[in-house]
Amino acid sequence: MAESPFKEEIERVEKEYSEKMTPGAIVYIPGSSVINKTGSWRVFMPEFNRDKCVRCYLCYIYCPEPAIYLDEENYPVFDYDYCKGCGICANECPTKAIEMVREVK
Amino acid sequence: MEIPENVKKRLSLPAEEYFYAGHTACQGCGAALGLRYVLKAYKNRAIFTIPACCSTIIAGAWPYLTFGAPLFQTAFETTGAVIGGIEAGLKAKGYKVKGEDGIMVVGWAGDGGTADIGLQALSGFLERDHDGLYIMYDNEAYMNTGIQRSSSTPKGAWTTNTPGGKKHFLEQKPKKKVIDIVIAHKPAYAATASIAFPEDFIRKLKKAQKIKGASFIQLFAPCPTGWRSPTDKSIELARLAVQTAYFPLFEYEGGKYKINMPSTKKEPKPLEEYLKLQGRFKYMTKEDIAALQEWVLREWEELKKKAEMFK
Repeated sequence: MAESPFKEEIERVEKEYSEKMTPGAIVYIPGSSVINKTGSWRVFMPEFNRDKCVRCYLCYIYCPEPAIYLDEENYPVFDYDYCKGCGICANECPTKAIEMVREVK
Repeated sequence: MEIPENVKKRLSLPAEEYFYAGHTACQGCGAALGLRYVLKAYKNRAIFTIPACCSTIIAGAWPYLTFGAPLFQTAFETTGAVIGGIEAGLKAKGYKVKGEDGIMVVGWAGDGGTADIGLQALSGFLERDHDGLYIMYDNEAYMNTGIQRSSSTPKGAWTTNTPGGKKHFLEQKPKKKVIDIVIAHKPAYAATASIAFPEDFIRKLKKAQKIKGASFIQLFAPCPTGWRSPTDKSIELARLAVQTAYFPLFEYEGGKYKINMPSTKKEPKPLEEYLKLQGRFKYMTKEDIAALQEWVLREWEELKKKAEMFK
């Protein structure tokens, strides 16, 4: 399993983040939204079948989060910390390698 | 973000990511995907200005910022004026604006902030020919405040202030053609784009960077919340809108029209395929649908004639 592409950002933001009011309400930290884990919004979660994948990257291209990244072997990896479960990847997958299943918490 | 070299070669989009996860867009948001493509194309070499719209919240309520690039949030009607101001400021400081390695000044406004409220600032921006880019992402209503109709809403659509039924009525007026208003200003570059064709969209963004003068792109961005459509159908809807000729992809450059490949490939599909996926069109009668279909085909024929006349 590859590491999250946002790992460095999360570490950087967590170090610099503070809720102290800044002059003019300016946000000084770029990409500070990574602290906001939107994965809790999810009802259906994408389940990935590695054998069916043809590595066309359509799921990576169309993910609006972005919560899909690619590992060393070019397979997509799903970041469940941020995936909101919209299902675009499952709908666009040409080989139906991604299936939306109800999440059990 | 590390992407292996062999993948970079096969990817049709730039691999770098300057649009960070953790933003607060709804599931399946077309506007968030559009912003991701813009930041992929310009990386952190762009200054953004966003008026009051959904994207204000997507880009981040304080203390969050979703971008890896500078962002200026402004009042509803001033996007065009602010692009001009930032561009003049950068030039006074001696920065290179536009061109191969220049800084891009990008205004990103919704259809309400462009077609209704920000129209005079947009007109001034185009008329003064500032070196900037104005992107209107078109989700066909005021989605951020709760799905009220805008002048970009198509005829027959349901919104919260055109609810239909016996006492009320559905949207009565056809969609305002903002791209035609823009082309009437004779800008350096104007184009329509769709989130379902990212390669085409990024090519247009790069082209807008190279051309000196005011540029405008109208981006079709479905909104599952306001359109009452399933969240996983956003891309399919954007693709069908192009394939049915409801939203044809073309560009205008130096007095010449060019219809782009996704629109010219095949004859338009029947419009019903696009309408039946959305809950906002379910109150339309058969006559309404036929009238809308006729309007779409007429606009499409008009565009084809223009492209033939000015090529």
